[in-house]
Amino acid sequence: MARKILTEHINVPGIETFDVYRKHGGYTAVEKVIKTMTPEEVVEEAKKSGVRGRGGAGFPMGMKWGFLAKPEGVPRYLVCNADESEPGTFKDHHLMKSIPHLLIEGMIVSSFALGANKSFIYVRGELMYVIRILEKAIEEAKAKGFLGKNILGSGYDLELVVQPGGGAYICGEETALLESLEGKRGNPRNKPPFPAVKGLYQSPTVVNNVESISNMPWIINNGGDAYAAIGIGRSTGTKLISASGHIRKPGVYEIELGVSVDEFLNSDEYCGGIRDGHYLKALVAGGSSVPILPAHLITKTANGEDRLMSYESLSDGSFATGTMLGSGGFIVFDETACIVRNTWNFSRFYHHESCGQCSPCREGTGWMEKVLHRIEHGHGNMHDIDLLVDISKKIEGNTICPLGDAAAWPVASAIRHFRDEFVWHITHPHEASQPGAVYRDAVLA
Amino acid sequence: MEEVKPQLIKITFDGIEVEVAPGTTIMQAARKIAEADESQAGLVPPAMCYYKPLPSSGGKCRACLVRVAQGSAKDPRPMPKLVPSCITQVQEGMVVENTTNDAVLETRKSIVEFLLINHPLDCPICDQAGECHLQDFAFEHGSAKTRYEEERRTFDKIDIGPNIQLHMTRCILCYRCVYTADQITNKREHGVMGRGDAAEISTYISNAIDNEFSGNVIDVCPVGALTDKTFRFKNRVWFSKPEDAHCECDKCSGKAIVWYRGDEVIRVTARKNVWGEVNEFICNTCRFDRKKTSDWVLEGPTKVKRSSVISANKYRANLVPKPDFAMKLAATQFKPIDDSRPYVTDTETIREQSIENNDKANHRSLLSQNN
Repeated sequence: MARKILTEHINVPGIETFDVYRKHGGYTAVEKVIKTMTPEEVVEEAKKSGVRGRGGAGFPMGMKWGFLAKPEGVPRYLVCNADESEPGTFKDHHLMKSIPHLLIEGMIVSSFALGANKSFIYVRGELMYVIRILEKAIEEAKAKGFLGKNILGSGYDLELVVQPGGGAYICGEETALLESLEGKRGNPRNKPPFPAVKGLYQSPTVVNNVESISNMPWIINNGGDAYAAIGIGRSTGTKLISASGHIRKPGVYEIELGVSVDEFLNSDEYCGGIRDGHYLKALVAGGSSVPILPAHLITKTANGEDRLMSYESLSDGSFATGTMLGSGGFIVFDETACIVRNTWNFSRFYHHESCGQCSPCREGTGWMEKVLHRIEHGHGNMHDIDLLVDISKKIEGNTICPLGDAAAWPVASAIRHFRDEFVWHITHPHEASQPGAVYRDAVLA
Repeated sequence: MEEVKPQLIKITFDGIEVEVAPGTTIMQAARKIAEADESQAGLVPPAMCYYKPLPSSGGKCRACLVRVAQGSAKDPRPMPKLVPSCITQVQEGMVVENTTNDAVLETRKSIVEFLLINHPLDCPICDQAGECHLQDFAFEHGSAKTRYEEERRTFDKIDIGPNIQLHMTRCILCYRCVYTADQITNKREHGVMGRGDAAEISTYISNAIDNEFSGNVIDVCPVGALTDKTFRFKNRVWFSKPEDAHCECDKCSGKAIVWYRGDEVIRVTARKNVWGEVNEFICNTCRFDRKKTSDWVLEGPTKVKRSSVISANKYRANLVPKPDFAMKLAATQFKPIDDSRPYVTDTETIREQSIENNDKANHRSLLSQNN
């Protein structure tokens, strides 16, 4: 069995209550930090651990904390991004509903490290029951003296606020999240200034993912170096992967970074292989926004090396032959899946979720969706394929926030790797527009 | 005590060096170049959403994206992405490429395309035509054809109060009117609702804007989405004659432009500077109610840019002829013609070829019908 950091006690009955969580070593990190460490030492441990942002970008968390501006007399804020809405990603949801105290302990430790006296957990509005679980857990922690005024008699105050979002994907972008938290329309801000300088209420703010923060108690208890020893290269620690699609055992798995994709996909410990009688066609490795990979590039990189579940290995060959670890939404397609239909579906999502602030994304996502809809329903033209590639190029990199890139990459990569399928949809409009019609690749069949 | 002057920052914009105060944006630096030398006006990045008198506007339309080839003298790396020039501040030794960079021009062309795909292109019946920023932008940077074949989004027209009509179908969501309502008027009653290309400027449950300065949203609107109901369908702007005028007004500066058709005042607008921005907003009384010449003290004809269609058929004393303009235009339009084909005089061959061409054309049209 691989080592578990986040999900070790997740199946213990009653772990969502304070007492059971405490019995299993909970809140020892808070005691250690408050009683024996300075904030600088906590930041140093985070830096040593090399833990990278689990929300998708993979930016080292310790470094992000190091960028936080610390002007005198201005409050600092920690905001936990629990607005997990990426299609194919459901790890934070699982973590928060099963073991809420882990996140709260992480929030206390992280807030102490950053010197924040008021911290926020921004949860997507659809997860109202999770919000109630978190609020109950916060009440329990407060009653035991781990939250509120004068924590454990140290003089450090921390107020933790759970804020439900309105149900917009864009509010998972950190500056849009801050706007939404301030009570405004969730439009991403222009950067610079970055949140580390001017974030929530124009004060220095750190925004971290649920999973990143939940790693902190273990890092404090066992040391940053012990955390850095897990994993491979610069991808340290463990990662939650939400596996879905045509596999035998969909679900949330905690893996040590560096496990091979082949093992993760086929071993019984994890996904358990493709469902019976079918074979692998494509894989989206990190949530809907990362490029899709065709079967021959999934377990081996273009150079013939084994592909590993790590930030570096998955992005090997950049976008030509690689993808990204992203937020860990592992979506597997077998040969019954239609790539054109799937791309249209992703595109429809980004069209629906674009905030409409900057023109390339507002107009481009809708345009791509309409063209893909046409192709899927048998009304495509050959020049539409090149048109899609061109639109995606024009959106990518020209928008305020990464939603434009996220909308462009799936389309561009689907055409890059599955162009023949798009061509088939156009040359065989009648067959392609039948319900459930799939182009079967002669080479793979 | 001697006054301390702030250290000026030197940047290079399209190969031209300019010194500006710290905190200036790239756009303002470019405008400074153009203000010093009128022949360089073509260098300035276009602005569809940025509006200098409205703080925190800009960065949304992406029309002004430029490439920063060198971030600063200290850190000479180029910036990885194109940056919006309207909100990016200059740094010492920055090198900016605008019209000299093909990627920037290509991106700008695509921005025109994006802005136009959901625009109704109803210029022939739009009151803004002739003074529309989107028309200028598309004319200067866009291509003549569209690749968009899908349905365009449409909205119903909404009356915002008795004097303003909102035609959301034409809107490019620049947010200028929202900032105006937020900053100029003391009570904001409208904003953006919905998301993505379904987002719309709206008053909450169609409230009428009841504010003395609400009329300024008409002037800041770059397109014909917000129009003056007292002027709608009265006249084309290029048939009207703008005159600078002022009046004694206790609410605003009273400085305005009065637009004439014959002897009749057909509309009143605020004065715009050379970049199409209003610096002194006017009140609704001046804009909608003072529609008689006797209400105004005329100062003389408004100076209109020669490139503007409003200047057509109007007398200007200090007209500067530009003889090389036609040649420049011709040079960009002409392409070498492929005349390597044999010259055919035989009538029979010509007949055959024309039949063949006809067949091809018929075949193509059949193909497109089948699709």
